[in-house]
Amino acid sequence: MKHSGVEDWQDAGFALYVHWPFCAAKCPYCDFNSHVARQIDHDRWRAAYVSEIRRWAERTPGRVLRSIFFGGGTPSLMDPETVNAVIETAFDVWTPANDIEITLEANPTSVEIGKFRAFSDAGVNRVSLGVQALDDDALRLLGRMHDVDQAMRAWDVANEVFARTSLDLIYARQFQTAEQWRDELSRALTLGVSHLSLYQLTIEDGTAFGDRYKIGKLPGLPSEDRGADLWDITQELCIKAGLPAYEVSNHAKPGAESRHNLVYWNYGDYVGIGPGAHGRVNENGQRLATVAASSPHAWLASVEAEKPAVEETALHPSDQAGELLMMGLRLSDGVDLSRYERLNEAPLRVEAVRQLTDLGFLRIANGKVAATDAGRPILNSLLRELL
Amino acid sequence: MPRCTTGRSTRSSEALKPLPGGAFGPNGTIDGWPKPAHMPAMTELDRIRNFSIVAHIDHGKSTLADRLIQMTGTVAERDMKAQLLDAMDIERERGITIKANSVRIEYPAKDGKTYILNLIDTPGHVDFAYEVSRSMRAVEGSLLVVDASQGVEAQTLANVYQAIDAGHEIVPVLNKIDLPAADPERVKENIEDVIGLDASDAIPISAKSGMGIPDVLEAIVTRLPAPKGDRDAPLKAMLVDSWYDSYLGVVVMIRVMDGVIRKGDRIKMMQTGAVYGVDKLAVLKPQMVDIPELGPGEIGIWTGSIKQVRDTRVGDTITTEKKGTDKPLPGFKPAQPVVFCGLFPVDANDFDDLRDAIEKLQLNDASFSSEMETSAALGFGFRCGFLGLLHLEVIRDRLEREYDLDLITTAPSVVFKLHMKDGEVRDLHNPADMPDLTYVDHIEEPRIKATIMVPDEYLGDVLKLCQDRRGIQLDLTYAGNRAMVVYDLPLAEVVFDFYDRLKSVTKGYASFDYQISEYREDTLVKMSILVNDEPVDALSMMVHRDRAESRGRAMCEKLKDLIPRHMFKIPIQAAIGGRVIARETLSAMRKDVTAKCYGGDATRKKKLLEKQKAGKKKMRQFGKVEIPQSAFIAALKMDD
Repeated sequence: MKHSGVEDWQDAGFALYVHWPFCAAKCPYCDFNSHVARQIDHDRWRAAYVSEIRRWAERTPGRVLRSIFFGGGTPSLMDPETVNAVIETAFDVWTPANDIEITLEANPTSVEIGKFRAFSDAGVNRVSLGVQALDDDALRLLGRMHDVDQAMRAWDVANEVFARTSLDLIYARQFQTAEQWRDELSRALTLGVSHLSLYQLTIEDGTAFGDRYKIGKLPGLPSEDRGADLWDITQELCIKAGLPAYEVSNHAKPGAESRHNLVYWNYGDYVGIGPGAHGRVNENGQRLATVAASSPHAWLASVEAEKPAVEETALHPSDQAGELLMMGLRLSDGVDLSRYERLNEAPLRVEAVRQLTDLGFLRIANGKVAATDAGRPILNSLLRELL
Repeated sequence: MPRCTTGRSTRSSEALKPLPGGAFGPNGTIDGWPKPAHMPAMTELDRIRNFSIVAHIDHGKSTLADRLIQMTGTVAERDMKAQLLDAMDIERERGITIKANSVRIEYPAKDGKTYILNLIDTPGHVDFAYEVSRSMRAVEGSLLVVDASQGVEAQTLANVYQAIDAGHEIVPVLNKIDLPAADPERVKENIEDVIGLDASDAIPISAKSGMGIPDVLEAIVTRLPAPKGDRDAPLKAMLVDSWYDSYLGVVVMIRVMDGVIRKGDRIKMMQTGAVYGVDKLAVLKPQMVDIPELGPGEIGIWTGSIKQVRDTRVGDTITTEKKGTDKPLPGFKPAQPVVFCGLFPVDANDFDDLRDAIEKLQLNDASFSSEMETSAALGFGFRCGFLGLLHLEVIRDRLEREYDLDLITTAPSVVFKLHMKDGEVRDLHNPADMPDLTYVDHIEEPRIKATIMVPDEYLGDVLKLCQDRRGIQLDLTYAGNRAMVVYDLPLAEVVFDFYDRLKSVTKGYASFDYQISEYREDTLVKMSILVNDEPVDALSMMVHRDRAESRGRAMCEKLKDLIPRHMFKIPIQAAIGGRVIARETLSAMRKDVTAKCYGGDATRKKKLLEKQKAGKKKMRQFGKVEIPQSAFIAALKMDD
């Protein structure tokens, strides 16, 4: 795939993100673009996705598609036929890589378990299962509609059906102690996982938790120090289990990393379709940031009217350099310095790099700059110095 | 918008309702409205009464003044507005008078003669004690207004003693007599006990409803003495007040003691030696009405191309340039700022606006001083001097409100006297300027005599507060269930949130007043605050040696919470000279990374980082440490 003269983004690959904006119920911590709808006309949605893929394909001819990702929302609630149509269309308009990764996010409820086989038949080869906790009380507090037993059943079925699986957990929850987390994560690591997404609970504006937090009704959240302790436990256990962090919140056995997410973090190109989906697309030497209307109704109507509500902004190279750094330093591997310098037309701030290297937060090796294990948890502070 | 002092009638405000059945309604006046532009020539001495009103905040001074003006028809009803004499918004909001104002009232008395009553509305607050004393010297009598349900308060006491010192005849007036809680007999006893004034013929009134106001007018005529003065002697007039008017320049209010001042005269200020022509001569009713001359006993204003209020000195004697008196009136003293603080713009770009605003305010207030100051923490600003804490607050409020500035106010400090080893005595206005101690022999600080009146149930807390602030008890007496304590206190301890603490321990029931008494030596030290071993000038302060450790510890603890964590740990220390007396350590940042960041988050996250970067601009850099400006403000508030 790599040949001389290619543009920078091509090294990082090209991927398709499909956003399904509906959920059976909204989780109190979730600030993603998700909606609860009484009725969904799956045929209309299918047609809209297909039409958008074709439109983008005309602007990105001849690209090699490395990954498709169905995110949401709850994409496991999609009609498998829609998933099938998306994959078929994508394969038709772009060249799929031989080892293309096709991921679907799923909730571990019985409804979805029953659809796993159909998704697999449609071409999905990787499932990211939103287990979130291995504790029934915690699942209730998080507003999840499944219990641990159901989640384990879903996990087993997923591993039978799909070649690759990943499991999501949320930690640093209300009242969660270090010992409880140590125990919970240890149990997760015995489940034969090869990829784990481990997120610390964050309280976002515009969510039910955010509202409760503002009025002081969300007790028991960890302080920065307790959050850091839990982080340390996470790194320790995952390394021991052979799943070191390859990104801030993502852990994998070597080779089991999410290829789709690596496109984001390596600052490759991705077409984003569906309500609220973002994209970064190189077109005629210009890199575009795209964002679709977030209202499902408005997006659907605009696509059907052949006036898709998608905003496009051309990114200045120095902005691209900033985004490259912001995304790339999340990876254990770090960022290619020469690529940064080409975009920024100047090297990374020398004095800041020197200071942060001296403090042990950054490391420079093999032409790459990366956050060290000590630096990664304070990445926002590092970025503030570097940007 | 800068204040236009004479523009009182331009302010709109709700008109007072006509008085129900009052003897002197707006229409039953001796002469109608509007007035002729020129007044008749001067008035015989025995037809003049000059008076002031002494009262505690909220006891109804301004309402009474309004009633007197309204009942005599001095102002037409349509121009009447609540609290006519308190012109500034801040004065109205706080219910206090900051600048002396005056009004001339014509009153047809029961003896069939018409009298000129001149009311000088004095500042009610101790910060303006000197202005009060001068205003008092300009009149012969006072109405002592006491709330019939509350009794005498500390502030009343200080002002009534000023009136007694000035030789006033005093007429006690019991206001709010119509309140259910009014207890006139008890309050009369209270006046006699606390002030030692015969209150048997105190006049019961309700300034709000108008009840008893005719009795007050009649008492002013019958019970207060007429002024004395010699019309044929050389001109001798006292400068009572002055203010800046954007149309007229500086307006000077005077009380004529002897002789006559006429429009067109060349007059001389005896303190400054400056000579001016009298371009305009008028009385305030309360709008300006021109008058050809003012004779003995009369109060009025004149203008004469004076550029700044600074060129006029309250208490100065005014005489004619030629054949003037050579004996100035006694008791003049220049206004001396006693409380200092730094004023800095929150946004450094506003410095020029702040400078302009300060210059404009100083046109009208000569008692407030300023000099430019630079602080590593806060940038460019001004070190300003004030007559007291209230004066400080009023000026700061006006700068923020009238000139739309966001200001950082550093902790107020007092003027310390440094007695150097070489015999020199230096004033220290800013702790940051403290010289090396090896050159200093000893340090003196201003002490005050504080009078606090408080219901006895809170007495213990008040005594504890005063003792904690290095107070020495001078007196403790009771009047009914109220205690009056007199303390000798360091002013430095009082400017440091004393009043807030007093209010909080007494649930607002204490009243407090003070006078500067003397400078006295004590073991005072400069405490510096070091953040990551770098001194932070804006946080240094002068403290008593015995209080340094607790103050230092409190400051370090507070800063530990106010300074955000950095990527390295930061020692925060309080030190006297090279010796550390308190220390806290702010631990290093451990985790701030955003948990989730995928394709859709790039845009949002970048915005967040850009916001953080913009936030950095509001930080001040001390070595490697960034301290947000809000931390300085919060640290300097210091609510113990």
